[in-house]
Amino acid sequence: MNQAALQHSSLHVVDAAPVPLLVDGLAVGYRTRGSRGPTDTVRDVSFQVGRGETVSLVGQSGSGKSTIARAVAGLLPGNGSVTAGRVAVAGHEVADFSRKQWRPLRGSTLGFIPQDPLSSLDPLQRIGVQIAQAVQVAGDTPRSEVPARVIELLEHVGIRQASARVRSYPHELSGGQLQRVLIAIAIAARPKLLIADEPTSALDGTVQRRILDLLDGLRQELGLGILFITHDLALAQERSDAIVVLQDGNVRESGPAEEVLLAPQHPYTVALLSDSPASSPLRYRERIRAAAEQVQVEQRGGTIVPPAVVEVSHVSKRYGRDPQTPPALDEASLMLRPRSIHALVGESGSGKSTLARIVAGLTSFDDGSVRVAGRELSRDNAVANPFARDLQLVYQNPLSAVDPRYTVGQIIEEPLRIHGVRSADERRRRVATILDQVALPASALGRRAREVSGGQRQRVALARTLVLAPSVLVLDEPTSALDVSVQAQIVELLLDLRDEHALSYLFISHDLGLVRQIADEVTVLSTGRVVESGPASAVLGHPQHAYTRELLDAVPRFDVERLDPSRFEAVG
Amino acid sequence: MSLRLQADRDVTAADDGPDAFRRLLGRLGVADVLAIIVVGLVLVSVIAPGLLTPYDPLEPDDANALAAPSVAHWFGTDSLGRDLLSRVIHGTGRTLLGSAVAVLIGLGAGTVLGLVAASFGGLVDAVISRIVDVLLSIPGLLLAMVVVVALGFGTLNAAVAVGISSIAAFTRIMRSEVLTVKDLPFVEASHHLGGSRAYVLAKHVFPNSYSAVLSLTALQFGLAIIWISSLSFLGYGAPPPDPEWGLLVSEGRQYVVSSPWLVVVPGLVIAVTVLAISRLSQLTRERTTA
Repeated sequence: MNQAALQHSSLHVVDAAPVPLLVDGLAVGYRTRGSRGPTDTVRDVSFQVGRGETVSLVGQSGSGKSTIARAVAGLLPGNGSVTAGRVAVAGHEVADFSRKQWRPLRGSTLGFIPQDPLSSLDPLQRIGVQIAQAVQVAGDTPRSEVPARVIELLEHVGIRQASARVRSYPHELSGGQLQRVLIAIAIAARPKLLIADEPTSALDGTVQRRILDLLDGLRQELGLGILFITHDLALAQERSDAIVVLQDGNVRESGPAEEVLLAPQHPYTVALLSDSPASSPLRYRERIRAAAEQVQVEQRGGTIVPPAVVEVSHVSKRYGRDPQTPPALDEASLMLRPRSIHALVGESGSGKSTLARIVAGLTSFDDGSVRVAGRELSRDNAVANPFARDLQLVYQNPLSAVDPRYTVGQIIEEPLRIHGVRSADERRRRVATILDQVALPASALGRRAREVSGGQRQRVALARTLVLAPSVLVLDEPTSALDVSVQAQIVELLLDLRDEHALSYLFISHDLGLVRQIADEVTVLSTGRVVESGPASAVLGHPQHAYTRELLDAVPRFDVERLDPSRFEAVG
Repeated sequence: MSLRLQADRDVTAADDGPDAFRRLLGRLGVADVLAIIVVGLVLVSVIAPGLLTPYDPLEPDDANALAAPSVAHWFGTDSLGRDLLSRVIHGTGRTLLGSAVAVLIGLGAGTVLGLVAASFGGLVDAVISRIVDVLLSIPGLLLAMVVVVALGFGTLNAAVAVGISSIAAFTRIMRSEVLTVKDLPFVEASHHLGGSRAYVLAKHVFPNSYSAVLSLTALQFGLAIIWISSLSFLGYGAPPPDPEWGLLVSEGRQYVVSSPWLVVVPGLVIAVTVLAISRLSQLTRERTTA
């Protein structure tokens, strides 16, 4: 942290109580096989979290933000250690603490909110019991009053009917509720500092907003210091007093949130700001408009363009045979125009993935009709996809969607083998062409999917689908597992490919910021029903339905007024 | 654990050559090295038994009957004065060939049945699974004896019998592996690319579910050695005077009080070989399931 920022933070400390967290010149290293000493993955990190303050650590995966969180929480794995600098948690110098020394601090001084709520609770114990354990750690509640305190905590974190909920098992609660339970556990022993490691990355936008509101409320009410780890700069600026931007284990920039946002000093911060969909909503606007006009010009020029490449009308789907279960899809309809990007948005459980799979011919449906490229899809899905050359689905997780035994070359070649391209030379030539189009190096051909980076994996998945030259791609959250800058690259690639191959995209996403950037049309799904549908500017600009408005509110928003508008134009 | 192994594999993949080989050797324990040596010796005695012993396994030497182990006869001699070491070495081929046949039968039939049961499901799965349940409910050796009695005595028939009684185990494990693999996203993705059922089964499901079955193969090979030896010990296998491990133990039985090495030494050879093979199978499993 630079000198000015340090002074800024210290101004907050007026009382004699030690600050919740002070990190000064911290370096953390991991010992690896074959190396003598630990290799530093994080170097010279300094920042401070005051009482009632939220400080965000922002960076991509591999930037060292989780390593810092673990070092501060004393949760480094066995081969990791603090190699330099100091960490003071509420006045305790903890840099060299052993596990045993840490124990009295856990809970009572420092609370930790993990990333994945589902795997962080014991599935075989009732949530009341798990919270009670955390209450007992504090030691200041008499045994007889523990149950009452547990209920009080659950109410505090906003769980309704708390007295009934204490007897629930984790699987009976939703992701948002589980995260609330974990927050209750974290604050049970009245800590001074909360460390939240991407606490909402596994949750829907609207739930994310409610959880973060809850954390904000607790911070003000209890005077907590919060160390907030996130990859989302938009979220960080919305929720924190100070921001520390990390890249490759180095602090690139740090200071009060407004300063970092208004006058970013480091090129990396500028890049992050322009890559984040929320901070540059107009980035692709020109391209999208130009592409739409091109289609219109061609239509006027007499080229016969069909009105729709995918037409879904009144499709219903119910899983299982029980008529009592709510349908996954209820009379859903949508239309994908040629060479347009149609976004399908909704929370998890809204049926958007089911609809995508139906369009892709992977799931059967009960009622209605689906037409792809002028051909009617049968209601029962066939084992081998007869529409493979017309429409392809791009999976959310490219790593699980490719055979782990195959090399990248074999993966991209497979569709050609299936579709009877016998000549090896011909296959090699077409693979090379596609490889070039998705900007993958030829050296990747011999590697397996797990040996290339996340962004490259998604490029491999795209190459595999494009080698068949389909006219429609169904993209099921293709960038949700990627960092913002990689996401921006993939989005740009998708736009390039669309122009090159005259593709149409059905784009499934929960990220409305991204949808706003690229979509021509938007369909909003809620519990299997289409609640709103139309041009993106209309649906997102003037939402008619309450559910759409709720979704839009949940998108972390940059205070555009505060931002220099010229920068928007520069990147847009 | 798996992360570490994967990292190691990446390292070995990066620099081939003597360096990587030395690192591989460095990770082997004493037991692993011993197991490799034992299996190596066994292989040599299968391929070229004459290399390891100067004596003829069938030639009697009346002057030297029932001699205790010595420098000239490391394992001693039997009641007719035949060298026990050379009988053990010459018997290796017969025993191991029998085991190989048994394992191949079990592996082949079990794999196909498991693959068919898991990928077709429904009635096919139910019928195959119930047959497997019945087979598993009968003790393996008993089943092998029933089969060999029906087929007639002999080494090959004993091997076939042991193979048939090991089908069930292979079917079970193949079925469960295929069941996990066939619902993975990449299998669906291959169907989505237009792959037919047979294509996807052969190219994706089978290769990805086979490694667990292969590691069972090595284990089952050791078991087959024991079973085939047991069958010959009981007289269902190879006829005398050809040497065979189980038969050697059986022949030595009459002299167990006066010349215990006739029973102990072939017994130890069987035990050590089986242990070495199962150690190696564990080693390969550790390498493949990274």
